[in-house]
Amino acid sequence: MSGQLRSHSLPLAALLALAAAPFLGFGDGFALSLLARAMILGMAAVSLSLLIGGAGLVSLGHAAMMGVGAYTVVAFDAAGVSEGVIVFPAAIAAAALFAFVTGAVSLRTSGVHFIMITLAFGQMAFFTASSFSSLGGDDGYTLYARTEWLGTRILDSRLTFHFLCLALLALVWLGCSLLLASRFGRVLRAAKENPQRAQAVGFQPYPYRLVAYTLAGAVSGLAGALLANASEFVSPALLSWTRSGELMFMVILGGVGPLSGAILGALTIVLLEEWLSHLLVYWRLVFGPLLVLSVLFLHGGLIGVIPRTRAALRLLPWTRRNANA
Amino acid sequence: MSMLLVQALNGLQFGVLLFLVAAGLSLVFGVMDLINLAHGVQYMLGAYVAATLGVWTGSFWLGALLALPVALLVGLALEWLVFRHLYRRDHLSQVLATFGVILTVEEATRALWGSAPQTVLEPMALTGGPLGGVEIVSGLLYPTYRLIIIGVGVVVPLLLWFLVERTRAGMLVRAGATHPAMVAALGVDIRRLFTVVFAFGAMLAGFAGALASPIFPVAPGMGDTVLILCFVVIVIGGVGSIRGAFIAALLVGLLDTIGRAMLPDALRLVLDPSAARQTGAALASMLVYIAMAGILFFRPAGLFPGARA
Amino acid sequence: MPDEPLLELNGLCKSFGALAVTSDLSLTVRPGEIHAIIGPNGAGKTTLIHQISGTLRPDRGTIRFVGRDVTALPFERRARLGLARSFQITSVVPGFTALDNVALAVQARGGSSFRFLRPVSGETALNDEARAALDTVGLGRVANTPAGALSHGEKRQLELAIAIAMNPRLLLLDEPLAGAGPEETERLVGILRDLRRRYGILLVEHDMQAVFALADRISVLVYGRVIVTGTVDEIRSHPEVRTAYLGEDALA
Ligand SMILES: Nc1ncnc2c1ncn2[C@@H]1O[C@H](COP(=O)(O)OP(=O)(O)OP(=O)(O)O)[C@@H](O)[C@H]1O
Ligand SMILES: [Mg+2]
Repeated sequence: MSGQLRSHSLPLAALLALAAAPFLGFGDGFALSLLARAMILGMAAVSLSLLIGGAGLVSLGHAAMMGVGAYTVVAFDAAGVSEGVIVFPAAIAAAALFAFVTGAVSLRTSGVHFIMITLAFGQMAFFTASSFSSLGGDDGYTLYARTEWLGTRILDSRLTFHFLCLALLALVWLGCSLLLASRFGRVLRAAKENPQRAQAVGFQPYPYRLVAYTLAGAVSGLAGALLANASEFVSPALLSWTRSGELMFMVILGGVGPLSGAILGALTIVLLEEWLSHLLVYWRLVFGPLLVLSVLFLHGGLIGVIPRTRAALRLLPWTRRNANA
Repeated sequence: MSMLLVQALNGLQFGVLLFLVAAGLSLVFGVMDLINLAHGVQYMLGAYVAATLGVWTGSFWLGALLALPVALLVGLALEWLVFRHLYRRDHLSQVLATFGVILTVEEATRALWGSAPQTVLEPMALTGGPLGGVEIVSGLLYPTYRLIIIGVGVVVPLLLWFLVERTRAGMLVRAGATHPAMVAALGVDIRRLFTVVFAFGAMLAGFAGALASPIFPVAPGMGDTVLILCFVVIVIGGVGSIRGAFIAALLVGLLDTIGRAMLPDALRLVLDPSAARQTGAALASMLVYIAMAGILFFRPAGLFPGARA
Repeated sequence: MPDEPLLELNGLCKSFGALAVTSDLSLTVRPGEIHAIIGPNGAGKTTLIHQISGTLRPDRGTIRFVGRDVTALPFERRARLGLARSFQITSVVPGFTALDNVALAVQARGGSSFRFLRPVSGETALNDEARAALDTVGLGRVANTPAGALSHGEKRQLELAIAIAMNPRLLLLDEPLAGAGPEETERLVGILRDLRRRYGILLVEHDMQAVFALADRISVLVYGRVIVTGTVDEIRSHPEVRTAYLGEDALA
C-alpha cells in the first residue's frame, strides 16, 4: 500500500495543490478559469489514458468525444434549455453514443489503422460541427448562460466551479483506476499485451474494448459539457485534431502506465501553453520542438521522473558505495 | 449534366493530388513502418514555396519547378533531425513526434508568411479564357491547367509503378517492406534506402502542393485537411498498396467534390432551402468518412490489403 | 457413452496457395487418452492445431468437439467449450504475474467479466484456483513473478498451468517440451503423465522418448497426411514410419 501511495504521490500532491490554489493567491478569475480548463482537460486525458495505457487503443480522435459533449450543451442552449439535470446526462449520453458507433467500426481494425480511423472520425465530427450554421458554424457559439442545477445558478460561482471540477477529476481518476483493476480491466489489459492469449482462454477482446471506448467517450462528454460551461463559448476548434494530439501529448508526457500521469500531463501542458503564449507570439515554435524532444528523450513520462532520478542518483560514483553496502 | 461532368473532372483532379500525397505516405509506412503525420507539411511547403518563388521569378511554372528541390531538402532535413530516430519506436511515439513537427513547421510558416492566404500567379494562359480552355463538350470550356493535373495523375502512377516494379531500387523497397531484417542481412544499407524513399515521398507531396497552389487557398493548415483525407485514402486502399492508394484517392476525390457540390442542391428537393443547405453541407463533409466506415465494415484491411497489415 | 470421441476430425483440408498443408485428414481423440502427433518439420502439425483451436479455418472438412460441430466457431468460443491450447512459440501475458496469467483463465469460466468496480486481485476464489493450477505444474514459488521474467522452461509450464486452469475437456499441446532442458523435460513429462485420464490430450512433440513414454496412440503426419495411426508398439515397428520419418537410430 505504501508503495502505491508513493507512486501516486506526485498526482496526489497536484490534486492537493489544486484544492489549495484558490487560497494561495490563485483565486482571481483568470487563474481559476485556467485551472478549471486544466482539470477538465485532465478528465479527458485520464479517459484517453485508460484507452492508450489500459487497452492499447491509440485514439487520435478523442477531442471529438469532448466536442460532442460540448455541442450537446450548445444545442440545448440554442433550444433554450439550460437545466443541468437534463443537459449533463444528455451530453454524456451523446458522447457515449458517438463513441459506441464510431468505436464499433474502428475497433474492427488495429494498430496504425485504428489511429488513422479514429483521426478520420474525429475530423468528420469537426467538419460536421463547422457546417451547422445555426450553431455558429466556423465562428463558434456563445452560450446565453451557464448550465443551471434545478434552477439554481450554482455554476456561476467560479469557486464552486473550481471545486466541482476538482471533485469530478478525482472521481474520474478513481473510477478509471478501479475499472482497470477490476475483472473487466484485467481482460482489457491482457488483450492489450497479448490478444492471442486472451482469446486462448476464451475472451474475445472486441466487446471489452468497445465498452472501454464507450466509457471513455462518456467521460470525455462530461469534460466537454464542463468545458462549454467554463468558457461559455464553443467552437469547432474544440474538436480539431490538434486538440486530439494535445490530449495524447498530455497522456504521454505524464506517463502512460498509471492513469494519474494524465493529470500531471494536462496540468503541465495547459500551464506551459499559457506561459509560453504570454512570452512569445509564435510560441508553438518552442512548444513543438519541446514535444518532439520529450518524445525522443523522456521515456516513461513525468510520472517516472522521481523513480528514475532516484535510480540515477544511485549510480553516481559517490553514492554507489552506499547502495552496495 | 455538364455541371456533373465539371464536378467529376474537379473530383478526379483532387483525387490526383490526394494520390501524390498518399503515395509517399503509404510508401514510407510500408517500408519503414513509420506513421508520419508531418507528411502534410511537405504539401503545404510545396504550395508556399511555389507561390513565393512564382511571384519572385514571375513565372508560376518556374516557381513550381523550384519547389521540388526545396521540398526534397526540407524532407531530408526533417528525416535527419527527427524521423530517423523514430523508425524503431512505437506508433504512439511516431504520431506524437510528427505531430510536434507539424506544430513547429506550421507556426514557422505563420511567422514567415503570416496567416493570410498567399497570392499565387496564374499558370498564365492555362487557366481558362480563349487560349487556356479546352472545349470538353460543345459550349463548355474547361481550364487546361486542371486537365494537366489529371494528366499528371496518369503519368506519375505509371512512373511509380515502373520504379517500384522494374528497378533495382524498387525491388529493394518491396523487399524492405516485407522482410526488412532479411534485406539488411543481405548487406543493403537500409538507412540509405529509407532516406531515399522518404525524400522521394516528400518530393511527391511537395509537387502536389505546388500543383494545388493555384486552385486551393495557400494558407497554414492546408496540409492537415489533405493529410487526413490521405489517411482515409490509405485506409480504404489498404496500407502499403500503391494501386490501392490510387483507386481510393480517385474515389475519395470524386466523392468529396461531387458531394459538396451536389448534396445541398439535391436535398432541396425534399427539404426547405436553409435546412437543405445545412444538412447538405453537414452530410457532404461526412460522406467520405461514411464511405470509409462502410468499406471497412466489409473489408477491415481495405480494398487491397498490402504487405503489412 | 464413454466411447464417443472427444474430438473428431473428418476430411480436413487446408492449403496455403498451392501448398497443401493438411490433406483429407481424419483422426479422433478419445476421452482420457493422449494422442500424439509426430512428423518431420513442416509436416503441418502446427497448422492442424491452429485449425482445431480455431485460429485458422480449414478449407474443407469438419471438426466435432464434445459431440458438437465447431468448424465455424471462433477461437475464443471453442476455448469456452473446453478446448485449451498451448503455443509452439510461448504465449503468455508478459506484464502479468504468473498468478494473474492463470487467474485470467479461471476468470474466463466463472462469472461475467463485465464487472467494473471491484478489484479483481481481491477475489480469493480466483486466486486460490489459480494457485492450485500453478502448484500442479510446480510453479507455486514464482506465483508473483511477472511472466515476462520467467525462464523459457517456466513459461512453458505456465502455459500448461493456464490450460489446466481453464478446466478443459481437451488439451492441444504444440511441442510443450521444445527448448526445455533435461530436468525440465523430466518434470513436464511427469506433469503430463499425472494429467492423463483427466483430459484428452492431443500432443504434438518431436521428443520421441517422451512421446513413446506418454502416448496411448500415435499418428504420423507427413506432408499433411496421416500415414498411420497406432499404438506405440505398432508405430515403433511400422516399416513406412521407419523409412519415412523416424530413421533407424531413433529406434535404437
Ligand atoms: N500462414 C502461412 N502461409 C503460408 N505457408 C504457411 C503458413 N503457415 C505455415 N505454412 C507452411 O505450411 C507448412 C506446415 O507448417 P507447420 O507450421 O504446420 O509445420 P509443423 O509441422 O508445425 O512444423 P514444425 O515441426 O517445424 O513446427 C510449412 O511448409 C510452412 O512453411
Ligand atoms: Mg509446428
